[in-house]
Amino acid sequence: MALEYGMSSAMNTDSRSDHSAGTLDLRGASGGGIFDYDPAPESVKVQIADSYGLFIDGGFSDASGTAFATINPSNEETLAMIGSADGSDVDRAVAAARAALPGWSGLPGIVRGKYLYRIARRIQERARELAVLETMDGGKPIKESRDVDIPLAAAHFFYHAGWADKLEYAFPGKKPEPVGVCGQIIPWNFPLLMAAWKIAPALACGNTVVLKPAETTSLTALRLAEICQEVGLPKGVVNVVTGAGKTGSALVNHPDVDKIAFTGSTAVGKIIAKATAATNKRLTLELGGKSPNIIFEDASIDQAIEGVIGGIYFNQGHVCCAGSRVFVQESILDTVTQKLKDRLASLRVGDPLDKNTDLGAINSSEQLGTINKYLDIGGNEGAVRHDPNPSAVPEKGYWCKPCFFTGVQPSHTIAREEIFGPVLAIMSFRTPDEAISRANNTPYGLAAGVWTDKGSKIFDMASKLDAGVVWLNTYNQFDPTSPFGGYKESGFGREGGRHGLAAYLK
Amino acid sequence: MPITKTYKLYIGGKFPRTESGRSTLVEDASIGLSAHVCHASRKDLRNAVEAAHAAQSKWAEASGYLRGQILYRLAEMMEGKRHELAAALGDGGMDEVDASIDRVVHFAGWTDKYSSVMGGANPVSGPYHNFTIPGAMGVVGCIAPDSPALIGLISMIAGPIAMGNAVVALASETNPIPAMILAEAMATSDLPGGVVNLLTGFRDELVPYYSGHREIIAIHAGGVSDAQRAELREGAAVNMKRVTIREQDLDYTDDSLCSGPDWLDPFVEFKTIWHPSAV
Repeated sequence: MALEYGMSSAMNTDSRSDHSAGTLDLRGASGGGIFDYDPAPESVKVQIADSYGLFIDGGFSDASGTAFATINPSNEETLAMIGSADGSDVDRAVAAARAALPGWSGLPGIVRGKYLYRIARRIQERARELAVLETMDGGKPIKESRDVDIPLAAAHFFYHAGWADKLEYAFPGKKPEPVGVCGQIIPWNFPLLMAAWKIAPALACGNTVVLKPAETTSLTALRLAEICQEVGLPKGVVNVVTGAGKTGSALVNHPDVDKIAFTGSTAVGKIIAKATAATNKRLTLELGGKSPNIIFEDASIDQAIEGVIGGIYFNQGHVCCAGSRVFVQESILDTVTQKLKDRLASLRVGDPLDKNTDLGAINSSEQLGTINKYLDIGGNEGAVRHDPNPSAVPEKGYWCKPCFFTGVQPSHTIAREEIFGPVLAIMSFRTPDEAISRANNTPYGLAAGVWTDKGSKIFDMASKLDAGVVWLNTYNQFDPTSPFGGYKESGFGREGGRHGLAAYLK
Repeated sequence: MPITKTYKLYIGGKFPRTESGRSTLVEDASIGLSAHVCHASRKDLRNAVEAAHAAQSKWAEASGYLRGQILYRLAEMMEGKRHELAAALGDGGMDEVDASIDRVVHFAGWTDKYSSVMGGANPVSGPYHNFTIPGAMGVVGCIAPDSPALIGLISMIAGPIAMGNAVVALASETNPIPAMILAEAMATSDLPGGVVNLLTGFRDELVPYYSGHREIIAIHAGGVSDAQRAELREGAAVNMKRVTIREQDLDYTDDSLCSGPDWLDPFVEFKTIWHPSAV
């Protein structure tokens, strides 16, 4: 599914025009320019209960731990109270998943598939409601939740539904069997989409799951649980336990869980790897990144700029595969820097529920603190920060305007560590070999981008980049048929496509 | 009176003695005498990883056809040494040698076929060419079971090198001699130096260093204890090592259990490439 990062086209001018010489003020952001937009708030309202329990064995029940608030990061208002699952709740959820396993895996594949088709359709039917909820709970712009997160979540269920009765054709020479009870722990950046990435292949392959959504974004996972009820999914096949790290830890360490699938930080991924080392648990990990986006002088520059913008500022930069290091060939460094400044100035930061918003709120105050820490470090280590966005952000809520750094050295912290925010590091290179060696000089290896109109060069670069996903003359494309996952410390295993099924079969 | 052979390590295509100066006495069935083999150290392991790292990218860039021919050449060289290998294995040795040669031939043929079978074009719902191709991972640490000493080792290393990885392998503890004869076959097989490195020594001593080495991206081990298995799996917490441990009672002579994609999948990294197809 193509991700159109189609913002105001005000800056989408001819690639040969020289912006550094131009004086036109085309800023469309709320800072005030000739292309100001009126507010366009999303009008669909969603019902949110005062409090939510856990989804275990086909029904909702109270959690044993102390409930916590989930807030709207764009205004800091409490949306609902969320149950905190403790060890005993996780026990109940795992027991329910275990009890459901023989029945579910014993169903004819076509029947399992039909349940998944039903879920896909329900997500499509309730798409706008889910999008609004996602945006309220997580802070992402409504146009992204509406056009990317929710449609892709439905597509993942639809795609995997069709695999359920074809598994024996997926891997030559193998008789496919489900792994068993899967503990799945997902992050807050794409809450419903990550739930779909995890649950859809697991169920198609005959497994049962216990899903733990991220602490700050439980609401759409709980709506998905409701959808599972609505479609008559057998009890215990999907269980949702909400909570923070302790809930996740109880799931990881539960002796009756056969597999852990985790998406999140590399630091937590390593803790999980250690915790499961002496067990027979299978493990797939989709972890962090510091992905390079390489622009050659013979690229279509304006397309590349759009790709860079979408690559790092999509979802406020809360993206594991964000193109957070941009390598620009030396001869076009000044041009690219100027164009980025111009383009950044036209991005609209603000109310996530406004249909014209390009960047919404940072997901949590904790994450905002992390990003601000890196902004300080970047300056302190000698890089130059460019902050051309004129948006006036609301007083309440967690906000970080998009920015980028120049004068970045490979040894700088902001060039090495994952920031997970709208912060870009620009560096230059001279030769393709230099671009490769600098791009690969990271423990991560999730994604990479290359921009050039030269076919042979682009495929040579693609083959030499250590990354599980390589986007050529594009960036941040996702599709259920297309495997996603990393090299090196970005984790192991793939999600999506035929390859993604391997994680849920033995 | 025959002269006896001095057994050394095989690192970077050369046959150095262990830097530690240590040796271990083992029975050499081929001559009916005991022999001193090198007792490799952490430093030897590091040197071997360095050699493997230096050789790996060029090996991975070689065409599948070329890697296949070189592995087949290794089988030819083993054929020439089959009596020596069989004698070093002792009773029933010739059957194991022949099965080992067949196993090398099996994996030689995978080099230019795996991508067709396990890669693919993905029908994404947009105007993009999208395909997934397997590639090498890097340096793979292999730990061979004590027995069978030859086909156990071959099974550990053949898949990883077929896929373009370089390996640092620890031979059978109880009978390391066949591994060192195998090294001589490798040294004359067109296999670039450093693609396979062979150490003799002790699992208990070296397993933690295999697990902790950040340049080793994957582990393929057989015949390890539960404690060693856990220690190797903990390597994932160091640098996200991909760890594959074979069952303790695996019958390495059974082709149906020790061939095919299961022995290749853990040592490839799948890369998915997108390119727009719209004008």
